[in-house]
Amino acid sequence: MSVTDLEKPSVEQARATSFYEASARARIRLLLDPASFVEFIGPEQREVSPHLKLFDLPEQFDDGIIVGRGSLAGSPVFIAAQEGRFMGGAFGEVHGAKLTGLLRAAKELKSIPVLILFDTGGVRLQEANAGELAIAEIMRAVIEARTAGVKVIGLIGGRSGCYGGGGLIAGCCSALAVSEQGRIAVSGPEVIETNRGVEEFDSRDRALVWRTMGGKHRRLIGGAELFADDTVQAFREAALELLETTAGFGIDTLNAEQSRLEDRLQRFGACRDAVEIWAAEGVADAASVPALPADQFIELADKVRRIARDAR
Amino acid sequence: MEDLSFHHQARSRAGGTRRMAIIGVVASGNLEVLAERVLPETECRLEIKTAAEGFGQVWDAVVADFVERYSPGGLKFSINDGGARPDTVSLRLAQAVRLMAEDEP
Repeated sequence: MSVTDLEKPSVEQARATSFYEASARARIRLLLDPASFVEFIGPEQREVSPHLKLFDLPEQFDDGIIVGRGSLAGSPVFIAAQEGRFMGGAFGEVHGAKLTGLLRAAKELKSIPVLILFDTGGVRLQEANAGELAIAEIMRAVIEARTAGVKVIGLIGGRSGCYGGGGLIAGCCSALAVSEQGRIAVSGPEVIETNRGVEEFDSRDRALVWRTMGGKHRRLIGGAELFADDTVQAFREAALELLETTAGFGIDTLNAEQSRLEDRLQRFGACRDAVEIWAAEGVADAASVPALPADQFIELADKVRRIARDAR
Repeated sequence: MEDLSFHHQARSRAGGTRRMAIIGVVASGNLEVLAERVLPETECRLEIKTAAEGFGQVWDAVVADFVERYSPGGLKFSINDGGARPDTVSLRLAQAVRLMAEDEP
């Protein structure tokens, strides 16, 4: 064994990497089959934001999102990954157009699923109108791709979570997997506090933020189909399971989703805190949920709630 | 924002055959480096866009030291900088050269 062999971790070792800590490029490289990724509109094409220089702000060559194709356990997939460290992974004009284009390609081909690795605070404020339009275009493109028979799977476990328009797009996906760190919501903690006051939501109370928007709560109330431990390997397995188990999409799916949400509102609408919801769902020691290790939580969640596969 | 450009003669050609590599992210105190094998074998060029204005002399020193240490002949580096410290810049440049020396991914 040479020195290089010792330095190079095996694929299995590399996939034990924290999903949260990894860059968007590392997530794609490790999640897919080795060396299978081919990027579309790569950084060498310099398709940067046309807006940021007006604000005297630095650009990034890929505008904070990487899109392309590759294979997952031998099957072709389209994949997009947001870089949450560049402007909070926010959607701008080019960033959004890259994801829209990927989804439209998937719609045309009909047979290749799409993985979206969300890591976003929402719309980039410096290009707000273009960003809002991008969100609308992407939501439409997700639904059109699903109508054409394409599965669109969201994976959420990045430092910026999945907020704002990202949360809306996630809600349109065929299925979601989330880690504890991967928060899903529309308005972020600070936004809620600013608009509704600290009595409504104290954004500095981190435990409150995690149990309201964090992955465990999303899994327990049915907002996400699967809970994944914070490793690339866990997200890879989750993506494979969701591709396997996710059903088709049509008007029946939407009706089932509507009644699922109505039922949820009726049962939990009066709850003051996530812990009350977990208790109402039959979790024996609801207060202990935030501290549960991933494997124990998955066991608990599978007992409490199997997601209705006809909804979403 | 400030644009800086440096051109150096390198002792020898940079190792490897990779055409392109990218490393880093544009964030506060960080930067991205895009390396491309597009120049004659003994030339090296760096094009920098930086959010921190007025540090041309520091960049000049960091770049000269980098070219001397790694001899990145044939490579063009395009940098988007979010105000990284000189040691971070040196690290990213070294990572980019090392990626270019690896096999195609």
